[in-house]
Amino acid sequence: MVRLEKRPSPSAFWLWATPVLAVILTMIAGGIMFAILGKNPFEAIRTIFWDPLFNEQFASYSRPQLLVKAGPLILIAVGLSLGFRAGIWNIGAEGQYIMGAIFGAAVGLALYPIETRWVFPMMVAAGIFGGWLWAMIPAILKTRFNTNEILVSLLLVYVAQNILASMSIGLLRNPEGGGFPGSRNLSQIPAMANPELIPGTGLHWGVILAFVVVIAAYILLQRHILGYHIKLAGQAPKAARFAGVSPNRLVLLCMGLSGALAGMAGLFEVTGPSGQISIDFNVGYGFTAIIVAFLGRLNPIGILLAGLLMALTYIGGELASFMLGLPAAAIQAFQGMLLFFLLAVDLLTNFRIRFGTIKEAR
Amino acid sequence: MQRRTILKGGAALGFASMVGGKVAFAQGLEKVKAGFVYVGPIGDGGWTFQHHEGALAVQEAFGDKVEIVWQENVPEGADAERVLTQMALSGCNIIFTTSFGFMDPTNAVAAKFPDIKFEHATGYKREHPNVSTYNARFYEGRAVQGHIAGKMTKSNKIGYIASFPIPEVIMGINSYYLHAKKVNPDVELSIVWAFTWFDPAKEADSAKALIDQGVDVIASHTDSTAPLAEAAKTNGAVIGFGQASDMADYKPSPRVSSIIDNWAPYYVKRVGELLDGTYAQVDSWAGIPEGEVEIGEITDAVPADVKAEAEAMRDAIAARTYHPFTGPINKQDGTPWLAEGVTAPDGDLLGMMFYVEGITGDIPS
Repeated sequence: MVRLEKRPSPSAFWLWATPVLAVILTMIAGGIMFAILGKNPFEAIRTIFWDPLFNEQFASYSRPQLLVKAGPLILIAVGLSLGFRAGIWNIGAEGQYIMGAIFGAAVGLALYPIETRWVFPMMVAAGIFGGWLWAMIPAILKTRFNTNEILVSLLLVYVAQNILASMSIGLLRNPEGGGFPGSRNLSQIPAMANPELIPGTGLHWGVILAFVVVIAAYILLQRHILGYHIKLAGQAPKAARFAGVSPNRLVLLCMGLSGALAGMAGLFEVTGPSGQISIDFNVGYGFTAIIVAFLGRLNPIGILLAGLLMALTYIGGELASFMLGLPAAAIQAFQGMLLFFLLAVDLLTNFRIRFGTIKEAR
Repeated sequence: MQRRTILKGGAALGFASMVGGKVAFAQGLEKVKAGFVYVGPIGDGGWTFQHHEGALAVQEAFGDKVEIVWQENVPEGADAERVLTQMALSGCNIIFTTSFGFMDPTNAVAAKFPDIKFEHATGYKREHPNVSTYNARFYEGRAVQGHIAGKMTKSNKIGYIASFPIPEVIMGINSYYLHAKKVNPDVELSIVWAFTWFDPAKEADSAKALIDQGVDVIASHTDSTAPLAEAAKTNGAVIGFGQASDMADYKPSPRVSSIIDNWAPYYVKRVGELLDGTYAQVDSWAGIPEGEVEIGEITDAVPADVKAEAEAMRDAIAARTYHPFTGPINKQDGTPWLAEGVTAPDGDLLGMMFYVEGITGDIPS
């Protein structure tokens, strides 16, 4: 008989081993799925995990793309992880990401065609403000009226999407675009563009900021009193209150920070890889970042690695999709498996598996 | 600059390994690898499905002289650019991008791969000599639908589920309304803007809203079968049309006819030109005459005389003796657009951002 026994304290070994185990299990289960679909499982797994990094034909392009794809995920996930650690659940990063992009793009386009160096910094500031503002709505509603921040932040994503649609066909529409929805292409306007800084590396300002934020969050959590308060509030809310941590202040701070970072990610995306405000501008970074945050164990370094891994499954998945003719749904199922196995084996961190029957205590 | 050279090198490598120095004619290729980029799932039963049918027709037409690859569910924006680049690097000779939102990515990637042909559906930007655009004259099919709608409605209220306020959609609305009005002067048109190309839940809601207003004939400019599924719940009170694909599952009613996008002739033609060396940059806009727009079977739910009239209109368009936008036509505000007997120039249609006289409401902006 198999039974579970609670560990006295979470296992440090399994805390870091479970993500690796989850990836291996995903490869096995995914391989079986690919085999059932009539594809060579080894070829499929190799295409997803190996080719983007080392294939002669693609790698020089795909490798830098990993950073482009991982950058916004990491930026958003680090922000979310701070709140998640304190038990504050911002699920609406997608909306904050959209609003950051809209605010930033609006400032840039309002100044068009001014071509000076300070346009881009102003847009970044506006992007941060937009994301922060959108996160403040659930934060203030929570601190004032004790509403549920999960629901409010999530529902505001849909509001943001509608604002995005209205902006793309209205206020921010390209006046030279022949009536078609979508703004001017910001990445083609030098004063507003967020280009690749060193050719062939994929590094743009958003990626650099992502690295900076990882380091900053690491220091915050390890060395700063605020980081201590965040951890304390998550692990022992009552003790935190006795220690003088104001829960409301923490809500405003964590929501604000995660919103600002998501807004920043949106701004870097709209001025760089994506290029324009359009109806389908958002592609789910804000939601995927939640997975990345947990995959990375809410730890900044872990999130950095998780973001890169997630980006690898996206880019490798694309390659597998058109090179091997795998349906897009199979790739999505594969990514879903990763999260499923992660949550499943997470059990090992807090529980021990015991074999044999329980000796009943009398 | 360095990245460009790397890319070009990679492209040349992929190109060479693919073609292997087997160039047969002066410019023709002995074997073509064609890539297709889809915005939705192939199983959408509409827009993407039809493009994929066209891709399969290419395979069928040329057999082992052609290899086709495709990718579905590609988001419009940054991801599209990566997918296109990776396809180019994998040795595709020609890449078809089948959604409006792929316009900028297509042109951006085309700049990096001057030896690869790019074909963008429904767009207007051809910034490089290796970018062509192609579209279909869907408004020709809308004219036939409008005729059926005007004849079939009992409430004199007809509806249109619109996707985005762009000329292509507005053209369809105007054509549909004009031809309904021609056979039924009392007809009123209600338009619902869904702001999506493919979202079955939203499309169903839009159809419900129209039915609640008393609409009994629904045309849709979105890709799923959801509007027909809603109409099917009314026990024959409400009819509609297949969109992009035949949607034959809903025959004979509520689906009484359909507009079928048939991309196969165009795809076969373009890949064939690449094989025999006659390929050149184009801006293609074909319709019923070329077989790119087809009218799906008009079912027995439509009276025989109405069916005959609709088919006569289809045939007149095919023979180019009738143009759906033939004056006199006024704009919504009453100002004249086309004088008696004048047909609409393509330029007017491609930039059409106004309703014709008689349609109520405003184009959202």
